[in-house]
Amino acid sequence: MDYIERLENVSVLGAAGKMGSGILLLAALELTDQSLQPENKKKAFTLNAIDVSHPALEGLIKYVKTQAIKRGEKRIVELRKLYAGRDDLIENTDIIHQYADDVAGKIKPTTRIEAAYESKLIFEAVSEDPQLKEKLLSQIKENNGKAPWFFTNTSSIPIQEINQKAGLDGHIIGFHFYNPPAIQKLVEVIKAKDTKDELHDFALEYAKRLKKVVVPSNDIPGFIGNGHFMRDALFGIQMAEELSGEMSLPQSIYAIDKVTRDFLIRPMGIFQLIDYVGLDVVQFILTVMRERLDDPSLKSELLDKLADAGVKGGQYSNGSQKDGFFQYEKGKPVAVINPDNQQYQKLDEFAKDVDEKVGTPPASAIPWKKAIKDPESESKIKTYFQELKSADTLGARLAIKYAKNSRDIGLKLVEDNVASHDDDVNTVLKTGFFHAYGPVNDFVT
Amino acid sequence: MSKLRKKVYMTAGNNTISLGTGRKEFNPKKARPGIEHYLKEAGQATIKQLGGANNIDEGVVGNFMASRYNKQGHLGAFMPMIDEGMKYKPSYRVEAACASGGMSLLTGIRSVLSESAETVLSMGVEVQNAVKAVYGADILAGAGWYQKRKNGHAHFFPGQFSDRAGAYYEKFDREKTRKAFARWYKNAIENARLCPTAQEYHNTHPDPEKLALGTEPNPKVFTPHLSVLDCSKVSDGASAIGILSEEGLKRSGISKDQAVEIAGYGHAVEDVTIDPPEPTRLDTMRKAIEKAFESAGITKDDLATVEIHDCFSIAAVLGIEALGFAEYGKGADFILEGHTARDGKVPFNTTGGLPGWGHPTGATGVHMAVTIWEQLTGNAGDAQIKIPSDRPYGMSINMGGDDKTVFAVVYKKAE
Repeated sequence: MDYIERLENVSVLGAAGKMGSGILLLAALELTDQSLQPENKKKAFTLNAIDVSHPALEGLIKYVKTQAIKRGEKRIVELRKLYAGRDDLIENTDIIHQYADDVAGKIKPTTRIEAAYESKLIFEAVSEDPQLKEKLLSQIKENNGKAPWFFTNTSSIPIQEINQKAGLDGHIIGFHFYNPPAIQKLVEVIKAKDTKDELHDFALEYAKRLKKVVVPSNDIPGFIGNGHFMRDALFGIQMAEELSGEMSLPQSIYAIDKVTRDFLIRPMGIFQLIDYVGLDVVQFILTVMRERLDDPSLKSELLDKLADAGVKGGQYSNGSQKDGFFQYEKGKPVAVINPDNQQYQKLDEFAKDVDEKVGTPPASAIPWKKAIKDPESESKIKTYFQELKSADTLGARLAIKYAKNSRDIGLKLVEDNVASHDDDVNTVLKTGFFHAYGPVNDFVT
Repeated sequence: MSKLRKKVYMTAGNNTISLGTGRKEFNPKKARPGIEHYLKEAGQATIKQLGGANNIDEGVVGNFMASRYNKQGHLGAFMPMIDEGMKYKPSYRVEAACASGGMSLLTGIRSVLSESAETVLSMGVEVQNAVKAVYGADILAGAGWYQKRKNGHAHFFPGQFSDRAGAYYEKFDREKTRKAFARWYKNAIENARLCPTAQEYHNTHPDPEKLALGTEPNPKVFTPHLSVLDCSKVSDGASAIGILSEEGLKRSGISKDQAVEIAGYGHAVEDVTIDPPEPTRLDTMRKAIEKAFESAGITKDDLATVEIHDCFSIAAVLGIEALGFAEYGKGADFILEGHTARDGKVPFNTTGGLPGWGHPTGATGVHMAVTIWEQLTGNAGDAQIKIPSDRPYGMSINMGGDDKTVFAVVYKKAE
């Protein structure tokens, strides 16, 4: 079976979710691109969007269409050629809308898992719950006569474990997108011990067609991305707890978030990032990693306390941010939680005082937004870190401490053979987390 | 063409800003002023300089495609909105694609010549940022023949002029021509920086010429032979100017040293359904220029400055050849030798032209007249150039479509 045949019937499990909707969109775009090639004109392509929620599935088509229009606008020169044979489509607007209809038309939304029984390729993007994944995949495997391939988006569960428990005979590979899948360039590809080579070949071809950056990760819980992020997050929480000797805990959370964003030139502070991913998701991933790596340090009581009390973060179905460590208005943090009583305290009541204590980044700091567009940002950031090291502010001291730990986490991932090379860790953080520089650097040594 | 049968003057010009990418005020995600705003701003400023609407007999608005960009037709009936004093006076909209502004000037000139008006308020307007550029390309394609749209480029007009540029590269010298395009861009940006209403007024790029030289055409996303820096801007804006008889000037109390006289003009039109007979020449433009020179009784050697329709850098090169400043195939040399720069022999497009000042399509012809009026009467502010006393003439050349309608005007300071 060649690349095209494999794509003729595809299912996405958890298609209405945060990751699933992006994975579905990318699949719909690729299927449409293929269907527009002259040699594929007579082939039918089906993309099942499978999820438990009817309303969410309805919103999904709207999302896909909007995104397809945006993509069509950017690719109009190419699309005019692909639709050259359609005499009824004359203006750019005609072609772009036909393209969006074609993309959305590939998608068959359904709440019935049976739809996947005809598929040759299945993207799995359900909750990060090993039992649920195993149950769904083994059920499809048993009922599907097409020897389907499974591409799991798990961000922490070993692929070999799913393979064995679901009885997939090596027809599974880890194909881990980053959030949001349509925007983040990275795909972490995890080949399990028994993964068949042909899946790996297809995965690389598919990633190339999607113009993704591929980083191979070994099949070790958390892989590279969460292997780094979880430990980075735990260290941030630990630092906030330590700092709470000097100020209140909510103030410490605010301070560490600020330092990890502004002083370290990152897109978000570490607590905002936890909110973005979801406290419950972080908790789930930590559990998966802790149990399998037998490492009790992969745990935060503070995080567990909040998550268990229902403080979860994550996003609403319209993409807006739910409250977590912070409370949000129009996507911006406006208050921070007091973990003792789960009441939010307004930032403007204390931000000025804390900002003064923390200090400002040295003059050579460049804002993250500029840094990611500047081809010479690495050398500028290096200069900045020189200044940061000699700066006598609380913020600078905390930032250096955090950056050193972040570097150690990266080095340990290579040492533990999760990543084959420093560069792979850096690529994951740059292309999956949008960092302006990799953690394994010589800035802080 | 013979000399004009009576004296016709222009004065009291005004331009709004040209809004679009480049201006600090421009945010594609936020709501922007509509066509009414621009008409009011430019129209009211000119009416005020003319001493009020009482002094104006007629209004005319040049506009290309408000009917599609803004879903608005019937622009002539906006005149009384601009000023109540225009109520019940004659007013209408004229159209000839990107030469619509030129048609507005021509209409005003004819009204004065025919003695049906002493003073005409001539305006041009276009608000293009109402749609994304990819859809704007569909709208602008209306300046060509719709039967050719299907096989045309996604960006139809950049595609047409890319074909011309490709033919010119092939026949003459690609490298030299692209260098001339980059120089043209540099001049445009530097001139725009001197004019507060220009779209590139805020441009701070340290080396625009290097930027343009380094920006190679990319046929995957745009055209094969032109880059986006070879193209005019997508713009919102309006321009207005008074067109008056001797009597009209008196009525408004405007002294002649604040006016320019129309020495002559030329108007030429070619079949919109045919391809250019020779892509490396602008034959219709040449014809319009010849007519204008003949009517004014001058030659190119009498010109102090030119506003040329540089919707694409190749149009500037071909226009210089059509004017006779350079032989066929030598237009690029003329630019590279520095003759078109603001300190050169004949400064061209002294407020940035279509890539620098902006190109609100229906307004451009009027904007050109305003710029020449400013230069010849010493009202150009920081953009002012020196007008040699032995070469006192200015010229504007406004083109619609792919060399299909061209309107050229020769001006001199009124005496």
